[in-house]
Amino acid sequence: MTKPPIELTGIRKAFGALEVLRGVDLSVERGEVVVLMGPSGSGKTTLVRCMNLLEEPDSGHVRICDCAFSCGTRSDRRGRARLMQRARQQTGMVFQQFNLFPHMTALGNVIEGPRQVRNLPMAEAVALGERLLDRVGLVDKRDVHPSRLSGGQKQRVAIARALAMEPEVVLFDEPTSALDPELHAEVLEVIQELAGDGMTMVIVTHETHFAREVADRIVFMDGGVVVEEATAEAFFTRPSKERVRTFLRLVDHSGALVDAPAPRVGEEAV
Amino acid sequence: MDMLADSFPMLLRGLGITLLLGVVSFVLGSGLGALVALARISAFRVLRGAAIMFVSVFRGTPLLIQIMIIYFGLPQLGVQLEPVPSAILALSLFAAAYLSENFRGGILGVDKGQWEAASSIGMPYWRTFRRIIFPQAIRIATPAVGGRFIALMKDTSLASVVTVVELTRVAESIGNANFRYMEAFLMIGALYWLINTLLSVGQGMLERRLGKAYA
Ligand SMILES: Nc1ncnc2c1ncn2[C@@H]1O[C@H](COP(=O)(O)OP(=O)(O)OP(=O)(O)O)[C@@H](O)[C@H]1O
Ligand SMILES: [Mg+2]
Repeated sequence: MTKPPIELTGIRKAFGALEVLRGVDLSVERGEVVVLMGPSGSGKTTLVRCMNLLEEPDSGHVRICDCAFSCGTRSDRRGRARLMQRARQQTGMVFQQFNLFPHMTALGNVIEGPRQVRNLPMAEAVALGERLLDRVGLVDKRDVHPSRLSGGQKQRVAIARALAMEPEVVLFDEPTSALDPELHAEVLEVIQELAGDGMTMVIVTHETHFAREVADRIVFMDGGVVVEEATAEAFFTRPSKERVRTFLRLVDHSGALVDAPAPRVGEEAV
Repeated sequence: MDMLADSFPMLLRGLGITLLLGVVSFVLGSGLGALVALARISAFRVLRGAAIMFVSVFRGTPLLIQIMIIYFGLPQLGVQLEPVPSAILALSLFAAAYLSENFRGGILGVDKGQWEAASSIGMPYWRTFRRIIFPQAIRIATPAVGGRFIALMKDTSLASVVTVVELTRVAESIGNANFRYMEAFLMIGALYWLINTLLSVGQGMLERRLGKAYA
């Protein structure tokens, strides 16, 4: 049995007085697709950011592949920084706002990690970059800067950039939330293909249809703790907690989260 | 017209000295300003404090006083500088204080998602700065830095008080020679204006080129 590529135990994180994560245990198995759901402010973003240490927990243990961290201990800053870099090379991250490098072309974005971090020779990096751009359907955009790409295309380049590090795990934080609805499908398809190829992934999303199709397991968070964990099928058809049932009612069928549901006349009692 | 012909060699020399003061101080001030900006955003408290102090002192006192302290004051401490080096030193320090703030604004103006994207692919801090942040910060800072260069060109005129024979000093001596002060200062004023118009045009071209690199 191999160890799970991501293992979080007893994760706590506060911003000032606000306790955002209050003791989370979660591991992600190799090849597994975990979807994180939960209401706004429940700590989903903070939790995925802990999985590559963009956010450092106040306490708890984080293991990312072969890098183990005990959080909350102030020791050996340099060794820690190096370990963090290694951990981050083994996890890809796809951001809600893409965060592409605007001064580089699509190909430039994708090969930046291979060239600068993995030290691949140029020819090899370019070949890899082209292969990945082809995989996300954008090889014809290789010399285009992000400003000339649509939101969906930007996000697909960002996925290619994350894959270029050949990570063990890819983390997605609401990859379609910044996109117009008609652009969601092209991004979700790419993610679905990755799932088909056996990529280990953690995905924060409000898209229920997509979650149901792609997830092996759904983790529902509320108030900084994991409230429910179930297979996608069980989660949507027989949620055991009232909190989850309320949430699923607020998420409409297209997957958009209704932030402040206006009670319709005659429905207040629901 | 006679006056122009007679003073032409002097004028040319003055122009040369003014350009020398402006360009050299800008280059030195940029280098020092970049270091001060890095100190200002560093993780080390002592460096940050020193940078804040430096900026506060050199922005909070008149350039004229700084020039006089360096030229007339330092000899008391045994440091004697020629007029031109004195002026360049003062102008560079003064420019560095302002430029460091322009650079810092450029660096802080880069979206924090850029740092995160770079560290998410495991890029170390300095490499992230060099490859990702710096090219974008330059672009954000260019208008302010260009404005500072133009201001510096005009500030070189203060070097005249420590006997540097740059354009302003040349205007004075032309005026003293024939009492045609109006013509002398108008002519010199026009020269400053010409230099700075050219600088503005250059800046516009640079900004367009930097903009093109994104599309
Ligand atoms: N850097 C920060 N500084 C202060 N507060 C923060 C910071 N990051 C997040 N928070 C707060 O922590 C709480 C949880 O944030 P988080 O982004 O993890 O929630 P989320 O579940 O991702 O929500 P959403 O669905 O809206 O994205 C929120 O109240 C948020 O305002
Ligand atoms: Mg979030």
